[in-house]
Amino acid sequence: MRTPLGSSLVADLDVAGRVRAAFTAAPGEVMAIIGPNGAGKSSLLHAVAGLVDVTGHARLGDTDLLATPVRERRVGLVFQGQLLFPHLSAVDNVAFGLRARGESKAAAGAVAREWLERFRIGDLAERRPRELSGGQAQRVAIARALATDPDVLLLDEPFTGLDVSVQMALRIELGQHLRDFPGIALLVTHDAIDALTLADRVLVLDEGQVAQVGPPAEVAAEPRTAHVARLVGLNLVADGDDLMAFTPDAVVVSRTEPEGSTRLRWHGPIATLAPHGDAVRLLVHASPDLLADVTPAAATELGLVPGAEVWLSTKATAVSRYGARAGAGGTGR
Amino acid sequence: MRARTTRDRLGRPPALLMVPAALATLLLLVPLVAMVAATNWQALPGHLTSQVALEALRLSLVTSTVAIVLCLLLGLPLAWLLARVDFRGRGALRALVTVPLVLPPVVAGVALRSAFGRTGVIGAPLLEWTGFAFPFTAYGVVLAHVFVSMPFVVIAIEGALRSADPRFDEAAATLGATRWTTFRRVTVPLALPGVIAGTVLGWARSLGEFGATITFNGNYPGRTQTMPTLIYVARQSDADAALSLSLVMLVVSIGVLVALRDHWLGTP
Amino acid sequence: MKSRPRKQWLPAVMLSLLLPLAACGSDDSGTASDDSSAGGGDTGGSLTVLAAASLTDVFAQLATPFEEEHGADVSVSFGSSTDLAEQAVDGAPGDILATADETSMQIAEDASVTGDVETFATNVLTIVVPRGNPAGIESLDDLDGATWVRCADEVPCGKVALAVLEDNDITAEPASLEEDVRATLDKVISGEADAGLVYSTDAVAAGDDVEAIEIPGAEDELTSYYVTSLEQAENADLAADWVTWVTSEEGQKILADAGFGSP
Repeated sequence: MRTPLGSSLVADLDVAGRVRAAFTAAPGEVMAIIGPNGAGKSSLLHAVAGLVDVTGHARLGDTDLLATPVRERRVGLVFQGQLLFPHLSAVDNVAFGLRARGESKAAAGAVAREWLERFRIGDLAERRPRELSGGQAQRVAIARALATDPDVLLLDEPFTGLDVSVQMALRIELGQHLRDFPGIALLVTHDAIDALTLADRVLVLDEGQVAQVGPPAEVAAEPRTAHVARLVGLNLVADGDDLMAFTPDAVVVSRTEPEGSTRLRWHGPIATLAPHGDAVRLLVHASPDLLADVTPAAATELGLVPGAEVWLSTKATAVSRYGARAGAGGTGR
Repeated sequence: MRARTTRDRLGRPPALLMVPAALATLLLLVPLVAMVAATNWQALPGHLTSQVALEALRLSLVTSTVAIVLCLLLGLPLAWLLARVDFRGRGALRALVTVPLVLPPVVAGVALRSAFGRTGVIGAPLLEWTGFAFPFTAYGVVLAHVFVSMPFVVIAIEGALRSADPRFDEAAATLGATRWTTFRRVTVPLALPGVIAGTVLGWARSLGEFGATITFNGNYPGRTQTMPTLIYVARQSDADAALSLSLVMLVVSIGVLVALRDHWLGTP
Repeated sequence: MKSRPRKQWLPAVMLSLLLPLAACGSDDSGTASDDSSAGGGDTGGSLTVLAAASLTDVFAQLATPFEEEHGADVSVSFGSSTDLAEQAVDGAPGDILATADETSMQIAEDASVTGDVETFATNVLTIVVPRGNPAGIESLDDLDGATWVRCADEVPCGKVALAVLEDNDITAEPASLEEDVRATLDKVISGEADAGLVYSTDAVAAGDDVEAIEIPGAEDELTSYYVTSLEQAENADLAADWVTWVTSEEGQKILADAGFGSP
């Protein structure tokens, strides 16, 4: 179990033209920030780090974060693309923050080596960044941020650009380090699995606004944005003040209008067909776009090809119905 | 099977371009080759080992080296300021810094005299309080060299700093580094190749400096007579000696080019 | 869409323009041409005179009446005597060569590019000090300890200065050996030097900017000026007229007014 000993982050930040978000995060908590490209995820992280102009307020315990210079914020940022100093070895990169804060070269080096050992790359200590693989470099970058013992750890798309197998391994590893990390962690990602496996809470950004905050399971089950619905593989349909979420395999596909009285039916041309596990997943340009899974046999039998007009329907019992503007979620656990 | 070359694919280079290119090459090379050819090789060792030549060479090397160190100490921070700090009038300051670059050196000498001459704005009070005056001293030579070389150093280094990713500075800041630490441990090391290129360029400019020096400092062996000044006065009485000394400068210049080849001659 | 890359040539062009500029502009012995009488129409031809730097002002004065009389254009190219003699030997376009020493004229004579050589003026070395004489220089003896300048040993005015100093047993070291007499004068006018050794004509030309102090016995080391028409003269008669003009009574009067002595 974590031992929360730091201070909570209470923020209401406005990066002009990029993002406006109010949120709180408690020590020991991992909050994932998800949303489509341009939603303002990175801007929000950079605002917390102090690298962009921002208005509003942010308090970390008693500290007014916005009035604090970047270098005194005790915030560790793992940049997208790592930004390891190319002229320094791995161990010198990790030791950089400690030395900048006044540690002796020897002491900083010793701590840095410990961190590299913890990430099981101690043998790569003397290598320059260009001699490291993507996964190794990302480990060094995370170690560099953690080595300064920050109150807030900011991770900006830490798995982007890595091979899928490397992503998997690093995700598990990062999960262990985040469990041990006593401070607040904010993780920007565009991958639902990161949010589901690493985060205690998820903050969904859409068009520069907070669309939803909640535990991962809740956000995944009752997404409020089309982006999150797509990430978790759900169909999302607005119905008055309500949203309806249902899985693609609960959708029935037919070439003719289904009989019966259900209102839950839509019509449109097939945009794409792609294998999905044992099934074939259709993307149908209905209003809105919907996903439907059918068996390969059914796909052949129905003559489903791109452009073909189909009817989709689902049973009311297969649909999760919830309010579109439910509370924005708690502030912690 | 022969690999197809660019020439095959795009056609022969047109004569309209090749002829001027060849002329340009000749124009640049022929005078230098002619100078080497005109050198009196028998007299060369005597010319180069004469007291006055050795003194001029020593003075040239010492003053230009001291000058380039000063250029770095003052110019590197200025280049950093221009590249990294956003302030009002930055564009104007950058333009001002380049002025000595386009100034005829003799004008630079007149300007230096107005400021640091014995009756100059700074030179007169300096002389009154300390009894020291720049003109006719090696210090004056260094001052003139710094004045004409600094723009080369600043512009070259500023370019290098600009092309370095400023996000590395941000990364250093999030890790707790002050701007001074960042400058020392991140910014400068990352721009080091450009810093070295700017330094060598400035040093070469300093070594060849003539107009500002002779206008501001005159010419006296061992004190203010650098290689270019010596060549200029030697030309009046002994053309062979002037050629021999010019050859030394040519060799040094080629040496500078070789040192910079990775920057300018890196492409085949 | 295409507009962005368009400016990429600009820095390169700027640099290529700047670098040669920065490297030149250092040669002080450039030419100055006198086009005070760029009169058009039917002139009696044009005359190009290569003249020693110390003749700068007086030859301009001599040119004006000559142009009026002959309806000719006179342009004068000034420089160090040695340079000009070498240029004449190399076939520089010129009708007249006027030098401030015999050695330079000898270079031209050896190359057989000269006509009859005439001595037309003399000059004498003098001390000049900046207006007000801040260092209180009164004679050659006061040069010791002062910041003073003279011409380099290689040029005619330097040779004369060496001889005068030797005659007077002066061992004081100059602060600088200037490349020609104009540069020497310039260091005094600007106040950088407390004193300088120049020709008396230069002291006259500088007017109120300097004060001249005569050197007793300097006339023992007279500088003689030589003039000749050149082989390559396009208009031999006009060239001969110039030589006659500077040695004529009227020409000599103009020279005397400028501080030159008669031969």
